[in-house]
Amino acid sequence: MNDMSPVRDYRRLIEPTRVHSALYYDPQVFQEELSRIWYRGWVYVGHVSEVPNRNDYVTKSIGPTPVLMVHDRRGDISLLLNKCPHRGNQLCAYSQGNRTSFTCPYHSWTFANSGELIGYAYADGYQGADKSQFALGRVPRIGIYRGFVFGSFAEDGPSLDDYLGGAKASIDQLLDNSPEGELELTAGFLQHRTKANWKFMLENETDGYHPAFVHGSIFQVAESGIGNLYSPASTALTRDFGNGHTEFDLRPEWRRSAKPLQWFGTDAERLPGYAAAMTAAYGAERARQIMIDGSPHTMIFPNLFIAEIQLFVLQPVAVDETIQHVTALQFKGAPELNRRLRQQTMGSVGPAGFLLADDTEMYERNHRGALIRDPEWVTLIRGLHREGRDADGFRIGHATDEVPQRGIWRHYLDLMTS
Amino acid sequence: MNAQIDAAAVAAREGLHRLVEQFLFKEARLQDTHAYDEWEALWTDDGIYWVPANGHDTDPERTMSFIYDNRSRIGIRIDQLKTGRRHTQTPRSELARVLSNIEIVSQSGDEIEVRANAVVFEDNLRGETVWATRNEYRLRLVDGALKMARKKVGLVNNHKPIFTLSFLV
Repeated sequence: MNDMSPVRDYRRLIEPTRVHSALYYDPQVFQEELSRIWYRGWVYVGHVSEVPNRNDYVTKSIGPTPVLMVHDRRGDISLLLNKCPHRGNQLCAYSQGNRTSFTCPYHSWTFANSGELIGYAYADGYQGADKSQFALGRVPRIGIYRGFVFGSFAEDGPSLDDYLGGAKASIDQLLDNSPEGELELTAGFLQHRTKANWKFMLENETDGYHPAFVHGSIFQVAESGIGNLYSPASTALTRDFGNGHTEFDLRPEWRRSAKPLQWFGTDAERLPGYAAAMTAAYGAERARQIMIDGSPHTMIFPNLFIAEIQLFVLQPVAVDETIQHVTALQFKGAPELNRRLRQQTMGSVGPAGFLLADDTEMYERNHRGALIRDPEWVTLIRGLHREGRDADGFRIGHATDEVPQRGIWRHYLDLMTS
Repeated sequence: MNAQIDAAAVAAREGLHRLVEQFLFKEARLQDTHAYDEWEALWTDDGIYWVPANGHDTDPERTMSFIYDNRSRIGIRIDQLKTGRRHTQTPRSELARVLSNIEIVSQSGDEIEVRANAVVFEDNLRGETVWATRNEYRLRLVDGALKMARKKVGLVNNHKPIFTLSFLV
């Protein structure tokens, strides 16, 4: 297909251990990413707990495109495009609400919350017109895995199940932390505007090399042992699940000391209600193992980052601008834990967060650096000599190695050339 | 009505207004100049520093805020800034803020509820940013001097994506 032939020769920009800076700053590359990644493959949109009641809706996005995620009148999840099919007016101006229909304020066309046109204003002017031709645009494919709603603009393609592949284990591990096996994202999102290309965030989420340096200030002040997890002595692993999904696996560290809830900087005695609910739900032995293993640190390509205690959604809006949406993870049936999750999330992330303000400073410096002419390439060789495979055949490396970043670019190259 | 008593009341009110205004101007200057220890010393032991997100009447115990610091976390925030490795403030933001519309809305015992608007101009490595806020303060008279027991900073655009906010707002 002529319109899908790439403008850039990506094989010349992406090598196994280095990538060209143009991939971060070239507006043409960004346009091609929209058509080949964001408007084709599976992209995380939202969570079913954000629209718990029938007729609830919330404004989400796929890349720069706003999407209404609706728990529609039939009880299904619909992903509708926020545009009146009459003259293209923005349909809904609110970020969330509950309504059975949407009326365009321009000429009062009204749509069911499942997308169909219900009626025109002054219908006499539409004699013979077929209403079914004027439904709202929609994301044609929806996939839901354990409450996580993904959308794909491609009519055909791999199933969500196949796409998530090994990363499904991270979602399962996450939900194990709820006594009821479910999430409730109810705390609302902070939106952090970032003057940098989205891939700097994608690559950094499972980068175990930076925390000791970027976050040294808060580790020192909070007298936190977290820094040790990212040191040369760490037994944590970096992992490439394939399909661009990557993980920073802390379980080897937690299992070494084998203390329930150490992953959350506390212990079972200080959260007795939670520990009891977990034991009742899973049995003593399994509950203990879940509370030792903790919550995952996994980046699901291209935009969902499960960050142990938070959930991030990356939204690229321009080649040099990305919005990081972030909220506290909230586990159903775990009020004690949830309160601390909110407190810790507010402290660490968002525009004023002890951690993310410094990460974001790096992203913006990354982007300014990319624009400097020489050297044109960034290097991803760290730990190449000690890359291995786990029992499932996934590539793994030391906590501080660039296994995830090499994996992300391998997948990216596939997408941009297929 | 006794004219003399009215005059005394007016004078007292004007005196209190001047006291409050001078306190807030000082707070603004300490923030603009990154005088971290002096700013921290303005707080009472039970101080709450709150910058809500997604509205101005949210419940910070239930929903996400940009900042919701108790006194201990205010201390951590200041200590992190003082390490010299708080990268987003290395180099520091250059700041100038204008504080206006200072209004004493109520007074009860030792506590005074105050509102004011602020416009903050920030220059940093990324560029120039203008922040506009509607502030609410609870000031408390402690040993004859004002202290800050609560500060709520309502960014007018707090429902939108905002840039890194790492200076003291």
